[in-house]
Amino acid sequence: MAETSPTDLKTTPLFGRHQAIGGRMVPFGGYCLPVQYPPGIMAEHKWTREQAGLFDVSHMGPSFLVLNNPSGDAEADHAAISAIIEPLICGDIAGLKPGQVRYTLLLNEAGGIIDDLMVARSPKFAGSLYVVVNAGTKEGDFARIAAAAGDRAKLTRADDGALLALQGPEAVGVLASLMPGVVELGFMQYGPYQCQGQTVIVSRSGYTGEDGFELLCPAPFATTLWDALLADPRVKPIGLGARDSLRLEAGLPLYGHDLDETVSPIEADLGFAVSKRRRDAADFLGATRILAERENRPSRIRVGLIVDGAPAREGAEILDASGNAIGVVTSGSFAPSLGKAIALGFVPPAYAAPGTKLQVSVRNRAQPAEVVPTPFVPHRYFRKAS
Amino acid sequence: MTTRFTPDHEYIRVEGSTGIVGITNYAQEALGDIVFVELPSVGKALKKGDEAAVVESVKAASEIYAPVSGTVTEVNEELSGNPGLINADPEAGGWIYKIAIADAGELDGLLDDAAYADLTK
Repeated sequence: MAETSPTDLKTTPLFGRHQAIGGRMVPFGGYCLPVQYPPGIMAEHKWTREQAGLFDVSHMGPSFLVLNNPSGDAEADHAAISAIIEPLICGDIAGLKPGQVRYTLLLNEAGGIIDDLMVARSPKFAGSLYVVVNAGTKEGDFARIAAAAGDRAKLTRADDGALLALQGPEAVGVLASLMPGVVELGFMQYGPYQCQGQTVIVSRSGYTGEDGFELLCPAPFATTLWDALLADPRVKPIGLGARDSLRLEAGLPLYGHDLDETVSPIEADLGFAVSKRRRDAADFLGATRILAERENRPSRIRVGLIVDGAPAREGAEILDASGNAIGVVTSGSFAPSLGKAIALGFVPPAYAAPGTKLQVSVRNRAQPAEVVPTPFVPHRYFRKAS
Repeated sequence: MTTRFTPDHEYIRVEGSTGIVGITNYAQEALGDIVFVELPSVGKALKKGDEAAVVESVKAASEIYAPVSGTVTEVNEELSGNPGLINADPEAGGWIYKIAIADAGELDGLLDDAAYADLTK
């Protein structure tokens, strides 16, 4: 229970704010970030589901990939910038509409996942993409994208700014009081909005399963924006602990835990992220394996489990009904909204059907577990008819 | 009535030859919301330092060690349905188990109020 020293860790522009309100600071992805505030993970989690939670996610990797010599023809320029990033990922970027955000995967030659990320087409500028990658993988990801761009495009990192997430059913009402235009955004759409004379890049997205927004702003504006959002009584600051329990209930995999370089999109049950146009063309890294797994079956697949008893944590063995080891838990926790333990893990497809009775080994004792559909808690995204 | 503490933040409240064991207020604050408690079986023989119980927060599991050797005589069944009692009232209603103390001399090796207060300052 030693206090964590921030030595050698990077801080975000909001470090002082976290300390001032009693954030318990821990190392995460090379940054010193709050795991919780005084109310604690349970209260923070429930507040986000009921009201609006404000998260500092400035450790993540926002960036812009911009064509060096745009032609001025918006469609041609978008096709050109898409052609640069598409070979690295399995998503259809060429088909994005202006302002549309897509969840996709960076792949290696074996079809394993190097990272999961967001790629979005600028609503305003031709030949410009907004790309957000994970904290722990961002150096490698950025190097990979910059190398692919060569002298055709320039990757500009924006991770010296602040990235905030405002999540929960009240998020839209809160944010609209500062930036009324955001109500026009549907889930997975983004755009630039003005707030007190500053430009904030607002995306209607997040990783909690709730409606909400992610906000990129320049570092000097971060505390002003943070304070303005927290001034609304519907908003409370939420730490990394509740961020993790919220995303787990939403059935969303976390890179470095549920996803790694050995796991394919099909194994990870992220087949939706392999876009149809790309499948038909089989023009992405690892296509042979990924298409074969899609056609036949992978040797393992990610499932959701409801666990009876103590939470089964990452690394716990999954057993069949007779006690044979068949898989492993990759994320597991207590689900505050459900009042019971849940987990994500990998099992052979024969054990992946919802309703299958399995067991998990916790401290060398077998506990009952059952395969259930994910999300564990229904998503409440705000989708707009297009 | 005496209460002694371990450097791992368990307390043992001594009532005659029985000790009532739980975790301190400092420990429950550090752990956060307790969501599950694994209790020892009544009759289990513990040596000082053995793992006696496990308390789980949303994020992690923490072992609770036996502050002294002895036999478990009673467990706080209320924690099964209401593990948050450890947060709400760690040093009274949130006790975890009772132990028949085998060797009262082992208590002398534990921290008293002042020493524990010093440790958690």
